Amino acid sequence: MATELGPTPVKGPASGGTPIHHGPKGVGEDNAIASQGKWASWLLAPTIVALAIVIVYPIISAIVMSFQKDAGLDPVTGLFTAGGPAGFSNYTNWLFQQCAAPGGGTVACPPGTLGSQFWSATGTTFYFTIVTVTLETVLGFWMAIIMARTFRGRSLVRAAVLVPWAIPTAVTAQLWLFIFAFEGIGNKLFNTTILWTGSEIPARWAVIIADTWKTTPFMALLILAGLQMIPAEVYEAAKVDGATAWQRFRMITLPLVKPALMVAILFRTLDALRMFDLPYILTEGSNNTTTLSILVVNQIRQGFNSAAALSTITFIIIFIVAFIFVRFLGANVVEQQTGAGKGKK
Amino acid sequence: MKTPKFLLPVATAGVLALTLSACGGGGGGTTAGSDAEQGLDGRGPITYVQGKDNSNVVRPLIEKWNAAHPDEKVTFKEQTDQADQQHDDLVQNFQAKNANYDVVSVDVVWTAEFAAKGWLQPLKDKMALDTSAMLKPTVESASYKGTLYAAPQNSDGGILYYRKDLVPTAPKTWDEMMGMCTIAEENGIGCFAGQYAKYEGLTVNTSEAINSAGGAVLDAEGKPNLNTPEAKEGLENLASAYADGSIPKEAITFQEEQGRQAFQDGKLLFHRNWPYVYNLAVTEGSSKVKDVLGMTALPGKDGPGASTLGGHSAGMSVYSKNKATALDFLKFLTSEETQKFYATQGSLAPVLGALYDDQELVTKLPYLPVLKTSIENAEPRPVTPFYPAVTKAIQENAYSAIKGEKSVDAALSDMQKSIESASAGQ
Repeated sequence: MATELGPTPVKGPASGGTPIHHGPKGVGEDNAIASQGKWASWLLAPTIVALAIVIVYPIISAIVMSFQKDAGLDPVTGLFTAGGPAGFSNYTNWLFQQCAAPGGGTVACPPGTLGSQFWSATGTTFYFTIVTVTLETVLGFWMAIIMARTFRGRSLVRAAVLVPWAIPTAVTAQLWLFIFAFEGIGNKLFNTTILWTGSEIPARWAVIIADTWKTTPFMALLILAGLQMIPAEVYEAAKVDGATAWQRFRMITLPLVKPALMVAILFRTLDALRMFDLPYILTEGSNNTTTLSILVVNQIRQGFNSAAALSTITFIIIFIVAFIFVRFLGANVVEQQTGAGKGKK
Repeated sequence: MKTPKFLLPVATAGVLALTLSACGGGGGGTTAGSDAEQGLDGRGPITYVQGKDNSNVVRPLIEKWNAAHPDEKVTFKEQTDQADQQHDDLVQNFQAKNANYDVVSVDVVWTAEFAAKGWLQPLKDKMALDTSAMLKPTVESASYKGTLYAAPQNSDGGILYYRKDLVPTAPKTWDEMMGMCTIAEENGIGCFAGQYAKYEGLTVNTSEAINSAGGAVLDAEGKPNLNTPEAKEGLENLASAYADGSIPKEAITFQEEQGRQAFQDGKLLFHRNWPYVYNLAVTEGSSKVKDVLGMTALPGKDGPGASTLGGHSAGMSVYSKNKATALDFLKFLTSEETQKFYATQGSLAPVLGALYDDQELVTKLPYLPVLKTSIENAEPRPVTPFYPAVTKAIQENAYSAIKGEKSVDAALSDMQKSIESASAGQ
């Protein structure tokens, strides 16, 4: 590494790149800034190397793998042989549910193959995301408003609220598995005989309840941070003008907390789209609780290359959702923020 | 060319990343060459890899081995207690051709996959292992395409537990058992349950039902063979018992532990489970079946049913440098003395047939005679290198069939097609 880096600092000033900044400045100052920029890029280099290794390389490698066939079986020796190039067959396996046919060629994936579960898993993932994020936002907002008030033991409440968030998800899932067992506390408490993990609607709601329990505190704290940015004077002024509580919430709290709220929702949405441990432990993906991440993990055990294609698809789906948030909803956030800033002045 | 200075470090980073990726790659290729190159005569320290040693049987054994072989010491590498994680860890290390994974503990269902990948040393010719004293199904489950790839280490089979106080004579066939469900009804308890949640246990129970009715999930060639009247009868047995309530509704959420709990609480007349239940059911204070616990072989069509085989084998990595030592260690693991220690210390079912009739052992582990019948009649779980796909196909469709969301015929034909597709490769 040292030999590669060695000559380059010499080359840097020699190439004497044009400074990016402009405007009337002394020559000395100009040089100082130029060398500062150079230093900055060298100081950033280790980070960029690290990012290239842990982010760029795996993504590229996954994409390359996704165009390779999974190992097939040599019928004579009974040994696996490398699959060779696959074209887009790994992608059509998922997107168009085309599975390999016994005699060669493809057939519609029969129920029981992972390929046949792609669209239902996508639907399940979005169903979980929309329902849990909505519930968590509403409940989190409510909790944040309570915590924003001043009362005795407020810091204790804030710390206590974080407990579910601090428990590792796998432990949470195991905990709820006991609660939702047929002979578990859930059924005993309400005197019901619901097969929580054994039928579709309860199974989905078991996951939703556990997830909401776990991540609402996270939402609440992010929203609380936003709430505390709102100056008290604004509320006082509104009160003087005779605004009702509802009006104050709608016209002051909501718009001013929106930037923090949008960031919180974005985080939670991206998180929920990757949901894995809760349904995996609670239901093993039965009864339509298989999310895309569970499908990826199941596929990894059957063949890496097809799993690489699926994780690339998942990556693109999440990327699109994030893009929509930042581009369309996030643009609003920026506007609101500057607007609010001006208002304060 | 406004930002060359910035681009330079980035380019360096890119080059580094590519260099790294080049290191990561690596061609396949089979081991060939002389015995010396393959390490067949190699002697020296080796590593034994196994999942969590919960009942502390591996460490004392290794200490004993090390005391006798100071130049060929065995190091124990302990994995987690999750089977899936053990599997993934082994796959990663085999792919990296890790020479330090000399002897590995292989779940019976992984044998074919690892063998077909070329990761396990075939135990033949110079490396042959004497299996004549072992129970035949355990040897079959460690073989692939007629070649032994691992040394059967311990076995496991299903047992039918029942309530001695309520059932006058143990049922021998499925129909006999279903006929006794009126007893359960009179006592207000569930009749029969195994493990029907959608996980590996469902594959075990489904293939047991199909095998016991005379069918098979895969034929001798490893091709799916599910569109048969026998397979239909097997799955139908489970589906109709669930539909008419002989198998209680909650059993669809049962894994081993939930079923055991229900049986111990006195809520089941018959229960299919593994031998580990015996100790807990007779010793746990909360157990209501302590004094009335009956055990028999799983019921079949006309006699004992075909249990699905569990257990582990010890395989030798082809990348090991000290295969001669490894082979000696395999022999040590399958020796009568070690097997006896496994049974007494870890309640692990031996693979040597003779031990099941050992009076001393039977007093200690009263389920051994029943387990012997169970294992002798056992069928290995479908032996196929595509096991992960096969088990998913079975689970997905059997689950729907038992719940009545799909007809048994449709479930079996979907199972058949899914397995065909998986074996065709993608």
